[in-house]
Amino acid sequence: MSVDSNLLWILIAACALVVAGIVFVLVRRGRQLAPTFESQGIEDGQGSGTFGGGDGDVSAAPAQPTPTSGRETPEAPASRLTRLRRRLASSNNGLARAFADLLSSDKLDADTWDDFETTLISADLGVGPTQELVDALRKKLGVEGIGDGVRGREVLREELIHLANPDLDRSLNLSTTPSVIIMVGVNGTGKTTTVGKLARLLVAEDKSVVLGAADTFRAAAAEQLTTWGDRVGVQTISGAEGADPASVAYKAVEAGVADGTDVVIIDTAGRLHTKVGLMDELGKVKRVIEKQAQVTEVLLVIDATTGQNGLAQARIFAEAVDVTGIVLTKLDGSAKGGIVVAVQRELGVPVKFIGLGEGVDDLAVFDAAGFVAGLLGE
Amino acid sequence: MFDTLSERLSATFKNLRGKGRITDEDIDAAAREIRIALLEADVNLGVVKAFVARLKQRAHGMERSAALNPTQQIVKIVDEELAVILGGETRHIAFAKEPPTVIMLAGLQGAGKTTLAGKLGKWLHEQGHSPLLVAADLQRPNAVNQLSVVAERAGVQVYAPEPGNGVGDPVKVAQDSLIVARRQLFDVVIIDTAGRLGVDAELMTQASNIKAATQADETLFVVDAMIGQDAVNTALAFEQGVGVDGVVLTKLDGDARGGAALSIRQVIGKPIMFASTGEGLDDFDVFHPDRMASRILGMGDMLTLIEQAEKSFDAEQSRIAAEKLLRGKNEYSLQDFLGQMQQMRKMGSMTKIMGMLPGMSQYKEAIENYDEREVDRIEAIIYSMTPAERADVGILNGSRRMRIARGSGTTVQAVNEIVNRFVGARKMMQQMSPMMGGLAAASARSAGKQSQKKKGKKVSGNPAKRAAIEAGREAKGREAVVAAIEEEVASLAPDSAFTPGSAFGFDIDAVASELETKGAGDFKLPPSLAQMFNEQTKGPR
Repeated sequence: MSVDSNLLWILIAACALVVAGIVFVLVRRGRQLAPTFESQGIEDGQGSGTFGGGDGDVSAAPAQPTPTSGRETPEAPASRLTRLRRRLASSNNGLARAFADLLSSDKLDADTWDDFETTLISADLGVGPTQELVDALRKKLGVEGIGDGVRGREVLREELIHLANPDLDRSLNLSTTPSVIIMVGVNGTGKTTTVGKLARLLVAEDKSVVLGAADTFRAAAAEQLTTWGDRVGVQTISGAEGADPASVAYKAVEAGVADGTDVVIIDTAGRLHTKVGLMDELGKVKRVIEKQAQVTEVLLVIDATTGQNGLAQARIFAEAVDVTGIVLTKLDGSAKGGIVVAVQRELGVPVKFIGLGEGVDDLAVFDAAGFVAGLLGE
Repeated sequence: MFDTLSERLSATFKNLRGKGRITDEDIDAAAREIRIALLEADVNLGVVKAFVARLKQRAHGMERSAALNPTQQIVKIVDEELAVILGGETRHIAFAKEPPTVIMLAGLQGAGKTTLAGKLGKWLHEQGHSPLLVAADLQRPNAVNQLSVVAERAGVQVYAPEPGNGVGDPVKVAQDSLIVARRQLFDVVIIDTAGRLGVDAELMTQASNIKAATQADETLFVVDAMIGQDAVNTALAFEQGVGVDGVVLTKLDGDARGGAALSIRQVIGKPIMFASTGEGLDDFDVFHPDRMASRILGMGDMLTLIEQAEKSFDAEQSRIAAEKLLRGKNEYSLQDFLGQMQQMRKMGSMTKIMGMLPGMSQYKEAIENYDEREVDRIEAIIYSMTPAERADVGILNGSRRMRIARGSGTTVQAVNEIVNRFVGARKMMQQMSPMMGGLAAASARSAGKQSQKKKGKKVSGNPAKRAAIEAGREAKGREAVVAAIEEEVASLAPDSAFTPGSAFGFDIDAVASELETKGAGDFKLPPSLAQMFNEQTKGPR
């Protein structure tokens, strides 16, 4: 209390000073500024005139979603990873090359390890995990020698798989009917797109799906989701823009319960984890849903380009809504998404899906061994 | 942003602070800490290595300065180097000689291009331009709709001839938009393009085609402040594939340390022009590299604070309050205080404002744990007072305090605390009023300089230009005010050693204790004041 109020008072004092300072500046040049204000007023007038003239353009903006060309058939999940693994190997060749370099070098001197460490840090693995991996490899390869390339590769594979922790359960928990999946994450990581892709994946597994567009904040987010839903013939429940996201989520689950749907996926608005109010809102969405059905999965969507901040995101989202899995998106770029290693380790939350492209079926179930094989360019 | 980075650097320098001389080992230790801190802030490894090498070189070779101790010298070097990397001068949009000026936004998916288009449009509109937003993101489902909605909210026009969702040719849309802009006299065209990955050659070609077709004057690379080590690869890919003129950092309101800003600036050598710091369409501003550098070092961001205060404070009300405060005689009442507090809340959350104050970084934890509802409680207490009580807290006796406590749902102790602290704070502010004289002098100095300059210069006939000149002057005046405030605050602080933590900063406890002792009246009080205090202390404690 006392530190709090001290802060407040000092702040207020400082602000009063700042204000007083501004007032002095303003008063001093009040006379000089007056004509400027006037001329601004005139310009504003002109500006609104232009708006009147441009009205035609507003109506030119399309208001309705485009008619889609019928329903599409999504690809079965099993064949996806094989297809995507190839892409992973080719796009991540920086990392793959570093592994190859390490394995092919005649002697392991400080420079080799330095380069290797650099590559890992560049993959956003973080200083801590990088150090650990390098130390572990140094010990093992130092003892067993690097002479045998096959053996070296095995050691590397073991360590990488160990890093990805294959023991975690990565299947979606769809035990209840309806099972409710909430998609959360910061702005722009690809939540809506992932909801769309996940719906396709579930439809391919012959599940019935209802989508809830609880992103009532971002402009046209609901339409974006509806477009995804229409493509695979899935119902999308949305509310008015600015509506309470919890009420939209409630309605979506209600519809899911009424129709006996297998899965209800709720898309939420992107929010920075530092916004306490918005994190509370997320908690409310979850609580409200739980009045009707169990929330079986809360998936945190993390962008592969995210750096060390990803850990802070995961930690706070986990506190607010008890995250059960991670979706790592945009892995098809040059980013490696190394931050999920730290996230998985610190929070024990497994990566469940990876997004590897812009294609509608480029979302795959994560598989540690397959992923590492992809990284090693196999 | 940069939270942990500034914390770490502060900690490093705190260790150095006790020493009179710095040995080579000390420098190496500090350099190591800085290296880790920068890496954890997602600064690119190459940039970090270069930075640390330069830092070491300069630190080893530094001359023994008479004015600064070695610690201060290292801080100064770090500050200077950061400022150099971040790009020194603020860069503004280069408008085309012949309108329309074409601004093209490019970046990864989810960087915030569409939202930024709206923010940029609104900002330009407020600057007296008439921007036209162009929906050239025909890829993402409903991106076109989103832009239309954003444009409507921002009060600007949008050109969206194609429905999007994979239909239509973005190059043609961009090209046509120029014709529309010329015909309808829009002077700025903002082209929102689809998000694309650096490795996607096809889409990169498309982006560069859009640029070529529109001869874009400014190509802005929009990048998420949370981006990691890949920032450099991506930025390079866009620089090589499309050609970038400036960078826009988005989502700076999160707690990302924003190392991307450093890396991108350093590697592609293009300035960061704008920063977007929130979800509202107004949360957008020109990027100030010099301010960012001092923010990294935890030296606060007074300029931004003052600018925000100017935007959200009612000048007239503030003037009256300030005058009352300066006249002394306790005319400044709880009512004025309430008004100021409410205006301050308009600027944003208390934690956000406090973060901008200099020297606050060492209280990060306290600030983060600060309960915003504390302010509500204070408001409730003041609202529970009668106008007469607000005007003169001296009349508050025991029963009045009881009533107020009941009315506001708090305790008498809480009421007492508010009242006592208010009186103390008022006293402190009044004691600082000599500084106001300094401020007035500073602003008079700058005003004088300007009027001299003005005589020599013809006033521009173009209203927009004139406004810009005025704004420039005002900014100069502001800087003078900042300098004066910082000087004054520094002189207030008992420990005015130049360290990132307390440089320009004030030690909260010290000020608080000063506040308390002075509040208790260990100096001569005017008789009326003394009486007021005596009366006040009659209340139940």
